[in-house]
Amino acid sequence: MNALDFLPEQIKDEKTTARFYHQAQWTERLIFELSQPGQRGVLVPEVEPEILAKDPDPLAALPDKLRRKQPPALPEVSQVHVLRHYLRLSQETLGAGLVPDFGMATSTMKYNPPINEQLARSPKLSELHPLQDERTVQGILEVIYRFEQILKEISGMARFSFQPRAGSHAIYTNASIVRAYHAARGEAERRDEVITTIFAHPSDAACPGTAGYKLITLYPEECGYPSLEAIRAAVSERTAALFITNPDDTGIFNPIIDKFVEVVHTAGGLCSYDQANANGLLGITRAADAGFDLCHFNLHKTFSTPHGSGGPGAGACGVTESLARYLPVPIVEFDGQKYYLDYDRPDSIGKVSSFYGMVSNILRAYAWAMSLGADGMREAAEVAVLNNNYLMKKILEIPGITAPYAEGKRRIEQVRYSIEELTKETGIHCLDFALRMADHAAHGFLSHHPFVVPEPLTLEPTESYSKTDIDEYAAAWSKVAAEARSQPELVKTAPHQSAVHQVTEHDPFEDPDHWAITWRAYQRKAKVRDASK
Amino acid sequence: MPPNEKQLGLIINPISGIGGAVSLKGSDGTSIQERARALGAVPRAQERAGEALRPLLPFQGEFELITYPGEMGADAAIVCGFKPAVIGKITSGNTTAADTQRAAREMQAMDVDLLLFAGGDGTARDIASAIGTQTPVLGIPTGVKIYSAVYATNPRSAGELAALYLHGKAKELREAEVVDIDEEDVRQGVVSVILYGYLRIPFRRSLVQSLKSSSPPSEQYSTNAIAATIIEQMAPDWLYILGPGTTTRAITDRLGLAKTLIGVDVLQNHQILASDVTEKELLSLLNQHPAKIIVTPIGGQGYVFGRGNQQISAEVIRRVGKENIIVVSTKDKIVTLRGQPLLVDTGSSTVDKLLCGYVKVVTGYNEYTIYRISS
Repeated sequence: MNALDFLPEQIKDEKTTARFYHQAQWTERLIFELSQPGQRGVLVPEVEPEILAKDPDPLAALPDKLRRKQPPALPEVSQVHVLRHYLRLSQETLGAGLVPDFGMATSTMKYNPPINEQLARSPKLSELHPLQDERTVQGILEVIYRFEQILKEISGMARFSFQPRAGSHAIYTNASIVRAYHAARGEAERRDEVITTIFAHPSDAACPGTAGYKLITLYPEECGYPSLEAIRAAVSERTAALFITNPDDTGIFNPIIDKFVEVVHTAGGLCSYDQANANGLLGITRAADAGFDLCHFNLHKTFSTPHGSGGPGAGACGVTESLARYLPVPIVEFDGQKYYLDYDRPDSIGKVSSFYGMVSNILRAYAWAMSLGADGMREAAEVAVLNNNYLMKKILEIPGITAPYAEGKRRIEQVRYSIEELTKETGIHCLDFALRMADHAAHGFLSHHPFVVPEPLTLEPTESYSKTDIDEYAAAWSKVAAEARSQPELVKTAPHQSAVHQVTEHDPFEDPDHWAITWRAYQRKAKVRDASK
Repeated sequence: MPPNEKQLGLIINPISGIGGAVSLKGSDGTSIQERARALGAVPRAQERAGEALRPLLPFQGEFELITYPGEMGADAAIVCGFKPAVIGKITSGNTTAADTQRAAREMQAMDVDLLLFAGGDGTARDIASAIGTQTPVLGIPTGVKIYSAVYATNPRSAGELAALYLHGKAKELREAEVVDIDEEDVRQGVVSVILYGYLRIPFRRSLVQSLKSSSPPSEQYSTNAIAATIIEQMAPDWLYILGPGTTTRAITDRLGLAKTLIGVDVLQNHQILASDVTEKELLSLLNQHPAKIIVTPIGGQGYVFGRGNQQISAEVIRRVGKENIIVVSTKDKIVTLRGQPLLVDTGSSTVDKLLCGYVKVVTGYNEYTIYRISS
């Protein structure tokens, strides 16, 4: 007898395979539309008479330029209605705490331990101000300094900057360092090409492109990575750098990466290793040992800090000794007595954002690394690889699903699958499959363009989840693949059990006249649309 | 969509594909068709057209299906469960290319929203010569030769894409190449692909991308970006020998020039120096100026030389030099090669060998790929 035995038949059947799931669905207006004049969530206490006796207008000291002319246009809603509103919205989302969401590919969230969250929210950190005198923030400076020592050990690099607020921001920073390096040699103009691969993270092309570089993209051979001949054909006296992930989005590790680095170095270029996701590598391989000059980690991936839906992230850039002088300012230094911020770095590329980084994430990541220790981090990487290869075995047992390139070989931390055979047999495309998975409480990662792997779906289980979690996820895939054959219409019209069903008509999220990310933009666009009717 | 606001045309080339099953490499011409029948071939066009119609069945109340009688459309439509509006007249059992062309013209005159046609490269040529690029069309692959880019990957996807287009969900149209090979040559073991023109087809941005917040660039955006890169790098007084293709045509479009649709043109100083040139004319121009060749893969197999651009002969290539060859291609086209190399077939094994190896392909604005060429 267990708890599931008391559930209705329809639900109980699922206990050994895919779990039954149905998302809440609320008719809920925007918080701004709930506003009613005079409603209040919080009543601010009156100023105490004792204070008024001393100063009848305590706000008088505020300079005029800091005072609003108009009160802010905030919605006026009572506390219980605000609470209810956001609880309802939260029921219509999926979060890493709610489901193991392997379908997010390289963006799959690891577990974010609440203890690290508690540390980050402690007033000891949250009440600090970045403009405080550094003598009064020795604690957090020490955390930053010590975490830098940990990343140095993990990567073999000489120095780190924590200023970038995201992975792409870190790649952009590294591209800026590459340019500073070539500028110092009088070669910035001539060296205007960056080499990357089609299966590297798209930001490895996009960020150097944004920094002004021309891009050369290499395509893989059957082994899953480009040939040495291809990289030899790509380099020239115009090569600024190689920006690459390894393993890349297929989960295949390029074992001759050091030869790639050598070819680029011989041509006079630098090599930057995108280690945003180093889940399968911690304690096993090091960027510097393969000859790389730069690397970066996403703390909001490899080091378990939350993604936070677009922020706050943290990208840590690491460089070799000879490139350290180009890192953004400030750098946290220790003189044997106290920690201090070093702004006096004349060759620095300058600031890439304010102050010294997303300190709450540095603290969370430091706490995570300290709780695991060196052996623990290596074990985390080993379990991530084991989990992935166990999941791959189960997924490849499903007829119609393959893992193109290096077939039959193991992968590191993720796998890009192809359901092309299933598509040919049933007409179910990868998007249909991903949308049906929403009925099993899973997102589908859809940023596969261009479809080098046909009908792609990418899974990464990370080390955070158990064998049971993986079995359950694989069972859901198996069920959807079976449905593709037995009830293709059910799959094509999915999701059926989610807050939002398939958008079948004109998709407003694609139309710049419709989508809006702020209330003000929403109102403005609605007004334009009404006027044109 | 209000009932019957849209019109879908349907033309089936009933004998398309008949030669394939008996290994005749095609079905062009009545003598081959008779030979195929004598060898016991059964045309599969009706069945495959039916596969394309099936995904449209759930929406049959939302559009009017217009087709030709009997085996040219009405039979397959009725078997499938449609009640088509049948126009025109045919002699059943003895239809010809002229029937296909007349049907296409009549449907164009009725202003159909989309014309589905079932056939192969020969049928695509008939449709292109009859109606040009005005009316959007889409091919259901039923023929033996499918070198043209106007066909869906299989009959069912043709139906699915037609449904998306009629629902306004696949809005973008693009011009796709109509190419054909000489069947008699193929039977002799020689392949010579000729570019016959273009048809306008709905462009299926992969369904997955339609839900992404940052949409991938459209075909037109990509070819424009490639053209901008090429034009920025053009040097004064150099000749630019421009092969056929929509990607190379974007270069002349961007310069405000008119490119010969299926021929080779020569540019100099952002002007057209010579249009639709022959090999002889090219060789004579090469005596006067240094030149670069700009080509794009033609057809689905990824040929950059020897298919549809034979004017740029082995001798022209040899004189221009490998270092002055610029290959342009959208990323989507590279991806459809599925890892297969780009191909050359210049007729000279020495020149083919010279071209083999890695080449830098322009794929976007300041974007390149290093890609393998093989012969």
